Amino acid sequence: MAEINGEYFDEKITIKEYLEKNGYSENRVAVMVNGDILPKEKYGITEIMPDDKVDIVGFVGGG
Amino acid sequence: MNVISEADFAAAVNSRSKKPIYEKMKNACIGVAGLGGLGSNIAAALARSGAGRLVLADFDTVELSNINRQAYTLKHVGMKKTAALEEILKEINPFCETVSYETRISEKNCVGLFEGCSVVCEAFDKAEDKAMLTNTLLSENKSVIIVSGSGLAGCGRANEIVTRKISDRFYICGDGKTDVSDGDGLTASRVMVCAGHIASKVCEIILKSN
Repeated sequence: MAEINGEYFDEKITIKEYLEKNGYSENRVAVMVNGDILPKEKYGITEIMPDDKVDIVGFVGGG
Repeated sequence: MNVISEADFAAAVNSRSKKPIYEKMKNACIGVAGLGGLGSNIAAALARSGAGRLVLADFDTVELSNINRQAYTLKHVGMKKTAALEEILKEINPFCETVSYETRISEKNCVGLFEGCSVVCEAFDKAEDKAMLTNTLLSENKSVIIVSGSGLAGCGRANEIVTRKISDRFYICGDGKTDVSDGDGLTASRVMVCAGHIASKVCEIILKSN
């Protein structure tokens, strides 16, 4: 089973679909798949695979 | 002003430490992207620890509304942040070399601006800019480490600000949720807790490196 931000996930969808479903704005996130950054242009063509470890960092404003 | 030799400054940085801090920090080149509340306080902390070279980038001018949390003082209002910060850093550590870019950092120029930096601190104000820099540098520069700040608005709840390791090349500091657009404002104390987390992680990375 895949793991997204520490929680198990068991659906065959793309990163883009996951972000939309969970209310993330694409231009405010960094997505790491198995420790590597996933370039934005690959969000729509990257399916979440059963053994993937995905970290989605959502940024908030202020600095 | 007193004339202080670099040897005296190094000895002062190293005082009470069993391991040399100054010598390692002196060899480091660290980028600071955005010179607001996070960036100005991060740069000051790194200069105090003996950072040898800081690459500073911001297009902005110091305003009165910045004084509540940024390292600048009233005499800097109206100055470019790059020039004002260089002045502050020279007063802290005259042996810290600075390279300043008075420019808006973008997807197109960020890789070139921070070339040669082993660590870059992401210290922007806008969430979109934070994401842009992190994504671009991690994708296009194969070795740089990013330490980013996210979630530092409001006041209090200092213990909610933490440093999280996302990967060997990506750390993020903050509470991860308190957005400035929530309307709780920004306070020097909470911004400095986050800036302290970022500067502390940078020092740790550099002092542990070979």
